[in-house]
Amino acid sequence: MPVYTVRRVLVAVPTLLLISLILFLLLDLAPGDPTAQLPLTIPPEVKENIRRSLGLGEPIHVRYLLWLKQFFVNEPLHLLSQLTGLDLGGDRHRVISWQTRSPVVDLVIERLPQTLWVVGLSYVAGIAIGLPVGIVSARHQYGWFDQVGTFVSMVGFSVPTFFSGVLLIVVFSVELGWFPSIYDTTHRVTGWDSLLFQLRQMAMPVAVLALYNAAQISRFMRASALDNLTLDYVRTARAKGLSERKVIFVHVLRNAVGPVVTVVALGVPGIFGGAIITEQIFKVNGLGQLLITSIQASDLPTVQTLTFVFAVLIVAFNLLADLLLGILDPRIRYG
Amino acid sequence: MVEAVPVRRLLERHVVRQFMRHKGALLGFAFLVFILAFVVLGPLIWTLDPQFIDIRARNSGMSLAHPLGTDQLGRDMLARLMAGGRASVAVGAAAMLLSLLIGGLVGLLAGFVRWLDGPLMRLTDLFLALPLLPLLLVVILLFREALRAAFGPEAGIFILMVAVMGITGWMQTARVVRGEVLTVKEREFVVAARSVGVPEHRIAGRHVLPNVLSPIMVSATLGMANAIITESALSFLGLGFPSDFATWGRLLFDATDYLQQYPGRVLWPGLAISLTVLSVNYIGDGLRDSLDPRSRSTHAGNL
Amino acid sequence: MRIYTMRLAGLAMLAVGVLVVSAATAAERGRDGHVSIIYWQAPSILNPYLSGGTKDIEAASIVLEPLARFDASGNLTPWLAASVPTVTNGGVSADLRTVTWKLREGLRWSDGSPVTAADVAFTAEYCRDPAGGCSQLARFDDVTAVEALDDLTVRITFGVPKPYPYGPFVGATSPILQKAQFGDCKGARAPECTEANFGPVGTGPFRVTGFRPNDVISLEANPNYRDPAKPAFATVTFKGGGDAAAAGRAVLATGEFDYAWNLQLSPEVLKGMVAAGKGNVVSSFGTLVERLVVNLTDPSPKRGEARSTRAHPHPFLADRAVRKALSMAIDRKLLVEIGYGQAGRPACNVVPAPEMYASKANDDCLRQDIEGAKRLLDGAGWRPGPDGIRQKDGVRLSILYQTSTNAVRQDFQALIKQWWSDIGIETELRNIDASVFFGGDPGSPDTYQKFFADIEMYANNFEGADPESYLGAWRCGNEPRPASQWQGENMPRYCSEAYDRLLGEMAVTGEISERARLARRMNDLLVQDYVLIPLVHRGRVSAHARSLGGVRLNTWDSEIWNIADWHRVR
Repeated sequence: MPVYTVRRVLVAVPTLLLISLILFLLLDLAPGDPTAQLPLTIPPEVKENIRRSLGLGEPIHVRYLLWLKQFFVNEPLHLLSQLTGLDLGGDRHRVISWQTRSPVVDLVIERLPQTLWVVGLSYVAGIAIGLPVGIVSARHQYGWFDQVGTFVSMVGFSVPTFFSGVLLIVVFSVELGWFPSIYDTTHRVTGWDSLLFQLRQMAMPVAVLALYNAAQISRFMRASALDNLTLDYVRTARAKGLSERKVIFVHVLRNAVGPVVTVVALGVPGIFGGAIITEQIFKVNGLGQLLITSIQASDLPTVQTLTFVFAVLIVAFNLLADLLLGILDPRIRYG
Repeated sequence: MVEAVPVRRLLERHVVRQFMRHKGALLGFAFLVFILAFVVLGPLIWTLDPQFIDIRARNSGMSLAHPLGTDQLGRDMLARLMAGGRASVAVGAAAMLLSLLIGGLVGLLAGFVRWLDGPLMRLTDLFLALPLLPLLLVVILLFREALRAAFGPEAGIFILMVAVMGITGWMQTARVVRGEVLTVKEREFVVAARSVGVPEHRIAGRHVLPNVLSPIMVSATLGMANAIITESALSFLGLGFPSDFATWGRLLFDATDYLQQYPGRVLWPGLAISLTVLSVNYIGDGLRDSLDPRSRSTHAGNL
Repeated sequence: MRIYTMRLAGLAMLAVGVLVVSAATAAERGRDGHVSIIYWQAPSILNPYLSGGTKDIEAASIVLEPLARFDASGNLTPWLAASVPTVTNGGVSADLRTVTWKLREGLRWSDGSPVTAADVAFTAEYCRDPAGGCSQLARFDDVTAVEALDDLTVRITFGVPKPYPYGPFVGATSPILQKAQFGDCKGARAPECTEANFGPVGTGPFRVTGFRPNDVISLEANPNYRDPAKPAFATVTFKGGGDAAAAGRAVLATGEFDYAWNLQLSPEVLKGMVAAGKGNVVSSFGTLVERLVVNLTDPSPKRGEARSTRAHPHPFLADRAVRKALSMAIDRKLLVEIGYGQAGRPACNVVPAPEMYASKANDDCLRQDIEGAKRLLDGAGWRPGPDGIRQKDGVRLSILYQTSTNAVRQDFQALIKQWWSDIGIETELRNIDASVFFGGDPGSPDTYQKFFADIEMYANNFEGADPESYLGAWRCGNEPRPASQWQGENMPRYCSEAYDRLLGEMAVTGEISERARLARRMNDLLVQDYVLIPLVHRGRVSAHARSLGGVRLNTWDSEIWNIADWHRVR
């Protein structure tokens, strides 16, 4: 397992590097001087500093290396010194948001928890709903449960989150008054009451994303279980006289869940995309909302950093899925 | 979303019959045909200008003059729904075609040219890890002005959206096509063809393409559904087409403010998006089921 | 200024209730617990000198205060100063070149240290540092020195006579910073002082306890606030983000928040929300006027370098009759109804307020007169051609009408186009992205300064209550042109001797009612020459929970200027 883990991590590094190259080139190939869009209130000296830190005028590979250094050396060092209290960052340049005039990474760290909570919980909910629905659908293919399940998951795919979100707000906040329509990011969980409040304010954003997740997972689970149900080992297991419950839960589930993990990992970018919209609707003010406000303010450093952070998160989730797969299916580790 | 389904032989008639038996897919197909007719032929029958303002008839409900009512400026909702649908479906179709083109090309190359296989598949993996929506937002931020100046506000955004969705949406197709090519390549009839000296490009054209066509269609349907949703999401975030240019996403976004006063105005574009995507998804589902040989056998066994 | 509410009677009863309640319990600071405010644009910084955004300036106004500010009626009111200096009380020198402010005694910062004139002088130094990129530099125009004479007295010296010297330290855009906190943050270091910029020490009723940029600000009552009985609330949550509809919903429909800012929503949507009975809508009007600007010069590309310059008069808009007909064809009431509802009223003046500055000579514009416009054009020799478009001597009345991209503006364009076609004038519409249109980039042909079109539409206002510099925009010679790199504010390229003479007179007049008369006169010249065609006087609409008392909407200063007086109505 350790060898496998190391190998997967090593594969993730060039992926990240390449993504960073794409992001860099995107910004670089954009027409016009990137500092031309700076707010007028920024004085010329500061502009010059920004230009220099971007290495404008240098050849393209030098600029890319400078950019890499910023993301992989300078910012992590600052982060480390914040965590440990030691001064490791020194005078190194930091990526400063043009809008808030504060280091972008600090903003990201402040907002990461909200986004991860919502995305993470919606995943947990999605799996909790999607797996059993998928298995039951497969067991009784074309039965009424399967038909209904298919329809509901299709709806989950097809209704845009910004539509279902607003609908939920109108029904559950305005008409029924069950849940708050605006997420309180300053809320701290200290006891049962505050935990209850936290759950209530997360209910709607998580529900919207979870519907999407559950739809996806149940479809894959159904397909994967169907594949396995016709295989010889299932027939053998049944022939041995094992109970249907045991056949399904011990044998089929274990074998069917593998491909699902891969496919779900591939769906992660979609989830983060959906989270951007959901955050906007429910005012969760996480990374997605930060991205939107930065785009509206033409705050390029923040936009660039955030896109990269999204890429890092996606690669991390994929890595997690790979490792999970390695645990579930020993063949992969040696493959 | 799409699995690489091995297709042994294209049993065309059987597939069609299978597809017809899939009620959801059949309904979906019928609805899609209806939607296409609605947005393409509809304006020929319902000739009201979607931009015409009849201020005195604003916010009117359903009536003979305005079957779906009017918006806050008195523009006819039916005409706007048709115009908006044309834009949304055009974006969806164009983005889907572009991603098919790229995906098919990459898949074929990876399948046929052995030394390209590794690098191309790594590239595919890389693209799968790209954050699509953030990337799309960034690209729009950076390139919108330049393209707007060159092609005008609507065409500029159209090109931009289609290009980015195409460039970030081809990976599934590429994987499926590659898998299909690799399987087909080893089949007896292909091996036989090669042994009698049929050149590679003829093999690709005559034997492989017909076989990969069906899985491509599956990913095409899903790609289109995705593109329609993405376009509407961009309109929702205020980064899509200009505000006065009707698309389904835009209509829906403009109407959400009036959700409680005029629920109908939200309902129609919302239904149009959801049902179109739903039908496209069902078609994809039906295609997959009818193309899958194992589902064929199980289903046949059920009969 | 007037405050309109949806339920005037209800508000009146509420106000009576307020008086009783506040008399009974006005004693203890923080007695009313928590109040929550939502701004659908999220504040990104709490230092108004580093941001031009209204959201940032208003959020900061809870904490930072100026020497004087404008009250809800637009009157100058002493705030940290003991009184407003004038020529009469000797605060302003006879030559109008110096102004001397005296601070109130006993003022303390929220950290307990005394507020001194040195803080005021430092604030000027901070903003005037050329490397600091101060957003409010214009408020310090013509200032040559700001000196602390003693602990409580500060003197501002101007390089030229200033009949209206209330630029520096007046209003929410120019509050006093604490020298001890910002001393090391001058010049190029200004943006680096994140901690200070996110949590300034102030004199206001609340102090910052937590700031999440673009998200939420937490505040608590300032223990050193000058009035021991205020503020009534112990803590404040200031949430940002989302959209106007969500903010309105949170106050009016679900009651989650107590106050929502700037609800730019269609009248109908607001009405639906108010029906829930959780809150009230308040609106108030400043000086913002949506107007059409007429190009008096020829924008035709064939003029080359001299395009849209005074070298060539406009082929048909140079005719006053055509300009007047354009104005007569417009139904301003309908525009208001469609676009702004309660947040707008028909406008016939470019200086709509304060009351004494607003002319009443142009009110006949309120009536749409299509037939009159047709007769006027007929009389001036503009006859309908074969295609129905009027023409004279081969010149067709065909207008290119541009504005920024914005839903309401595009609605307006479409409507006005229809009216003009009714009187035989052809219109082509064009909308340009706001960042380009207002961007002022001399390289772009699409800016509102270049004005390569016949008519353009946008809104403008003036800060504070004195319109002198605003009216100065239409001075002859202030028009954008190649020689000025297309900078300048005289968009119509207006040039009138009478107008310039009035401006010169105003620059040396200190007496307020005389200044008001001159301003009205200039407004009438502009409007009756039809170089500016006012459309809508736009107001601000906000909402507060029924249980929140003391709200007095103020469009002249920060909207939440009197948050110290807010309290819970029981």
